[in-house]
Amino acid sequence: MEKGIVIQGVGLTYSSAAGSFEALRDIHLSIEPGEFICLLGPSGCGKTTLLNTIAGFLEPTAGSVVMDGKRITGPGPDRGVVFQQYAVFPWLTVKENVQFGLRLAANRCSSEEIDRISEHFIDLVNLRDFKDAYPKQLSGGMKQRVAIARSYAVNPQVLLMDEPFGALDAQTRHFMQESLLQILEKERKTVVFVTHGVEEAAFLSTRVVIMAARPGRIREVIPIDVPYPRDAATKTSPEFIRIRAGIEKVVREEFQKLRSSEGI
Amino acid sequence: MAGANPGIEGRFKRKQRRERIERRVYFVASFALLMLIWEACRAVGLINPKLFPSIAAVAQSCVAQLRDGSLQQHMYASFLRVLVSFSIGIVLAVIFGFLIGWFRVVRLLADPGINFFRALPPIALIPLMIIFFGIGETSKIIVLSYASFFPALVVIYQALVSLDPIYVRAARTLGATNMEMFRKIILPQLVPHIITACRVSLGVCWATLVAAELIAAQRGIGAMMVEAQNFFQMPPLVLGIILIGIISLVMDAIVRLIETKATQWQEKMSN
Repeated sequence: MEKGIVIQGVGLTYSSAAGSFEALRDIHLSIEPGEFICLLGPSGCGKTTLLNTIAGFLEPTAGSVVMDGKRITGPGPDRGVVFQQYAVFPWLTVKENVQFGLRLAANRCSSEEIDRISEHFIDLVNLRDFKDAYPKQLSGGMKQRVAIARSYAVNPQVLLMDEPFGALDAQTRHFMQESLLQILEKERKTVVFVTHGVEEAAFLSTRVVIMAARPGRIREVIPIDVPYPRDAATKTSPEFIRIRAGIEKVVREEFQKLRSSEGI
Repeated sequence: MAGANPGIEGRFKRKQRRERIERRVYFVASFALLMLIWEACRAVGLINPKLFPSIAAVAQSCVAQLRDGSLQQHMYASFLRVLVSFSIGIVLAVIFGFLIGWFRVVRLLADPGINFFRALPPIALIPLMIIFFGIGETSKIIVLSYASFFPALVVIYQALVSLDPIYVRAARTLGATNMEMFRKIILPQLVPHIITACRVSLGVCWATLVAAELIAAQRGIGAMMVEAQNFFQMPPLVLGIILIGIISLVMDAIVRLIETKATQWQEKMSN
């Protein structure tokens, strides 16, 4: 049995009365345990669609997504999802949000475990002082940290993140990128991360998967050979700048192609 | 953040209190004005004083009926009917609302029927129910339950359809079963809408109650009014009208109080 996620010839075509739309075509990708993969590309390239097939929200119309030898047929606690819109439950406090998964029958936790685990992850994302606050009282970055802690609490093997920092301001986004790496340093997970930020992708990933649109497909996979731990200084190192420029070039080419095909 | 600036907070609190007092003053003034108009209309002869009693006469009748206990009996009978029927209606509305909102097949099947029955005034059922169940409590309870069921059903299932699916998705990825989804994700989000449904239903339920009691009842505020009409006793008749208004107001206020208590997370959301 092969560990990790294997995406084999995945295609996804939406058909409606107005015609069919090929969101994904022939995607092949193997993700090793502990890798950090960024899906990068222009809007409409199917990066979120691909993430949703791994999450199990969408079923591919061709090929399969296999995790640890088992085909993915639906969402489950082995794959935590962090959404761009946070999706923190507004009727629960921070602590109750983090405990939500632990209290479900599927995760079978005793009340001591629930307390211990939730405390641990609230500390990990630095929200101890806000554990009794309601989401509306929190900033966007804090809400996203609640969502990350909530996902971590049920101990998934994989974290699927759909533009998690997309709605944050630039300063908070940099801070969240660094915190995410610090959290992963302490508790390793496989991460698949959707973004359209080139720098974000290069800074976080072990490999960047650049996608192209119409139909959504993989254009290029670029390994980021910059050692962890990475921090703010990493972004200014010559090596990082060179890699970033390389990615930028491919992304720009794809964008140009898309523009000319659309006649903008 | 709380306590960040006590000066501003204190000023805000004072302003809130001033506004609260202001609202109370106007509340009293509004009713005082109505009473003034009432007496003035009688005084200048705009209404025949023989056909419309004075405030004093209505108050007298109220005291007299309280003394002999008949008013309490009427109110108790009406309250009990509303409470029982309203509870039945709301519980059924939550259950059916959920089924209709959650399962597409049920929705498609139920939608046309709901629209038909929703357009049908509950009072239209009274003659049929009297033939089916007689003039006893059963027919009234059924009509009133029906009256509170439909408006609540519509509010609840429309709320359910418009819920943001992202919370369901998030809960699925954490491993929630269907039952857990209902209890821990759907129900908390529905609470504010269920309370709205209660307010609407209570209103309709009261309106229908009086109509049902006007037609067939020995006890109840509506029955009291019919009796007064038959014996041409104007004070108790007007008293009935006023009581129904006051009770509706009080019930609505109680539901609103529950609403603010039950949806504190939303209050905090709007901060």
